[in-house]
Amino acid sequence: MAFISSGYNPDKPMENRISDIGPRKYDEFYPPVIAKNKGKWLYHEIIKPGILVHVAESGDEVYTVRVGGARLMSTGLVMEICDIADKHCDGYVRWTTRNNVEFMVDSKDKVDPLIQDLEGRKFSGGSFKFPVGGTGAGVTNIVHTQGWIHCHTPATDASGPVKATMDVLFDDFQQMRLPAQLRVSLACCLNMCGAVHCSDIAILGYHRKPPMLDHEYLDKMCEIPLAIAACPTAAIRPAKVEFKGQKVKSVAVKNERCMFCGNCYTMCPAMPLADKEGDGIVIMVGGKVSNRISPPKFSKVVVAFLPNNAPRWPETTDCIKHIVEAYAKGANKYERVGDWAERIGWERFFEVCELEFTHHLIDDFRDPAYYTWRQTTQFKF
Amino acid sequence: MAKHDTPMLDQLESGPWPSFVSDLKEQAERRAKNEEGVEFQIPSDVCEDLLGVLELSFKHGRTHWKHGGIVGVFGYGGGVIGRYCDQPERFSGVAHFHTMRVAQPGGKFYTTDFLRDLMKLWDFRGSGITNMHGSTGDIIFLGTTTPQLEEIFFELTHNLNQDLGGSGSNLRTPADCIGSARCEWSCYDTQALCYYLTEEYQDELHRPAFPYKFKFKFDGCPNCCVASIARADISFIGTWKDDIKIDQEAVQGYIGGEFLPNGGAYTGRDWGPFDIAKEVIDLCPTDCMWMEDGKLKIETKECTRCMHCINVMPRALRIGDDRGLSMLVGAKAPILDGAQMGSLLVPFVKVEEPYDEIKEVIENMWDWWMEEGKNRERIGELMKRQGFQKLLSVTGIKPDARHVQEPRTNPYIFWNEDEVEGGWERDVDEYRKDHQR
Repeated sequence: MAFISSGYNPDKPMENRISDIGPRKYDEFYPPVIAKNKGKWLYHEIIKPGILVHVAESGDEVYTVRVGGARLMSTGLVMEICDIADKHCDGYVRWTTRNNVEFMVDSKDKVDPLIQDLEGRKFSGGSFKFPVGGTGAGVTNIVHTQGWIHCHTPATDASGPVKATMDVLFDDFQQMRLPAQLRVSLACCLNMCGAVHCSDIAILGYHRKPPMLDHEYLDKMCEIPLAIAACPTAAIRPAKVEFKGQKVKSVAVKNERCMFCGNCYTMCPAMPLADKEGDGIVIMVGGKVSNRISPPKFSKVVVAFLPNNAPRWPETTDCIKHIVEAYAKGANKYERVGDWAERIGWERFFEVCELEFTHHLIDDFRDPAYYTWRQTTQFKF
Repeated sequence: MAKHDTPMLDQLESGPWPSFVSDLKEQAERRAKNEEGVEFQIPSDVCEDLLGVLELSFKHGRTHWKHGGIVGVFGYGGGVIGRYCDQPERFSGVAHFHTMRVAQPGGKFYTTDFLRDLMKLWDFRGSGITNMHGSTGDIIFLGTTTPQLEEIFFELTHNLNQDLGGSGSNLRTPADCIGSARCEWSCYDTQALCYYLTEEYQDELHRPAFPYKFKFKFDGCPNCCVASIARADISFIGTWKDDIKIDQEAVQGYIGGEFLPNGGAYTGRDWGPFDIAKEVIDLCPTDCMWMEDGKLKIETKECTRCMHCINVMPRALRIGDDRGLSMLVGAKAPILDGAQMGSLLVPFVKVEEPYDEIKEVIENMWDWWMEEGKNRERIGELMKRQGFQKLLSVTGIKPDARHVQEPRTNPYIFWNEDEVEGGWERDVDEYRKDHQR
């Protein structure tokens, strides 16, 4: 592993430095049919699950084959995507905002060979490399985060639960039988990197134990006022603590005011809180970002805790499957999960999804909590 | 022979969905074989050690990454997320495992030549593991060592004409929907505006100067395919002002069953024949559509452009020609004060180069937030703390009923002193002349 210089000179770091050039310009990478017809598209159709066609004013067509991706990808796999794009798509490919991969061709006869090629490719363990789907009223890819692969604040993993969930929902990735498209997302802590607060179904990593206090190091490693200001419920205060016969500056946490958000640990390395039994998953439902019919909605908490049962998180995937089936059965055409739940009433949502309603689900965070209680006699028995 | 036993991860190799475990194992094998004779600049067993440490996390139910990590490249204050394993002796291949954020092209369109160049560089100087893509949009190079950061940056900028993305308390990497590149509903060129503003604000992106992070996202229409309304401090959402264009013949095509509703998105189930009254007219949120003499009518003035009818009948209904965008401000995740979606600030602005009107709103907002925002306070929280009125006043935008979902219910109304006749300076003795104690 001999070091090979790129040409960068560490003795003169600012010499020959190029900066502030930004991303490459988008139109360098457009397939010719896209460049030619940009802004002149007339309509589109979903020919079958995973296959779109867009028709332009010129009469030109572009066929798009969408395939699932694990988001976490090796360079080897990306190179394989490049091989496929070279073979079928003149060397063009794109990714979607949900981390699916789209291969585009400019005529219909190129579609079937492409699909056959994609569907024939499997990993050594047997899973599809490039399953076709993710269009229309089905389940598409799960927007997710880093988990135990790379992050220091997670309460669950990301790639693992996502794989487990997509295996369970796989049929709905490849078909379009739901009342509307169903967006699932995951975040491994409540920083909610991604889309958990605005998805039809969301998987959220959650802690249930207050932070441990590394008093010996706390004042050395942390800016104490920042840790105090990080707490949404003001459970942290500065404290002098006796440690090995010495008075040290540290913090005290009022455990009964702590709701385990982990934000103090984000600010202060001496306040770790991860725990095998304490940590697990919260399920939220009913969020959306589109303005279609109803305005955007936040997702709501419907399951307060499911255990981190690696490697396949069966309690979580069962719960999600249950909600998807109840929604598929009960909702009207075009209704998103949130539209359906609001129409039938949350009391009915819990009944048909067979979910237990516990005290954890009642909002108690500051003034706005009141507006989530029921100020009406309108309810269903 | 794999370096570490991974009995739990092995169970994630089965099932139909692409297995990240299989991918990482195959990558580990490729690196071990190294058929192309790459002079790897970080440990060649990095993938094996990543699987090893992940297996340990599966066993412990806890992460094995140390807190934080501050690394980067000279000249910039962000772009690299430092990370160190908390078991460096056991998993030396990931003792350093820093992430580099690489600025992605608009719409995430690529040529294979460019992608291959990026991947070759990452094989050589990094783990060969990526996220395609991070939630904010960046290409994520997942895992390298500190000495490689400048080398990678040098090669990116000199050989690939390619910069890093953002991290820290600054403008993060903007992202867009596919826009007019391949969508008939896009009300402006999302890629053009996204690219222009990314280039315009490179300094704000690379050198943190803000109280906290700030994100832009660009949606071509209110369907919000890049979710700007939920995931950007300013969401730019395309819209139009004039009539929805109706092709009555195509409407008949839908009624007659010649065209499938919603472009065929619902064909996985028998929902019965298309019923325009039930599926479009009765679902319109403002009830501004009707059929008259076999023709579909829309009262434009009452339409809120929710996209439903256009989504259902893409061949018959098209967006108007008087196009622009709306700007909504303040979306954020829950920490600290609760989650927010973007709140409407600019109902309509034309999208024309050099985008001066849009830039003025952005910069006025930044001037206010950079001065008044508290440490780690998102602009959405500053709006809650100082009031939406303050945002209007700093941006010079006149209050409008469109700014609210509903007027306030409490009467705790502030007035400015100069709005009230006679001002606030009063003499109680004068008052007492008419009102005895």
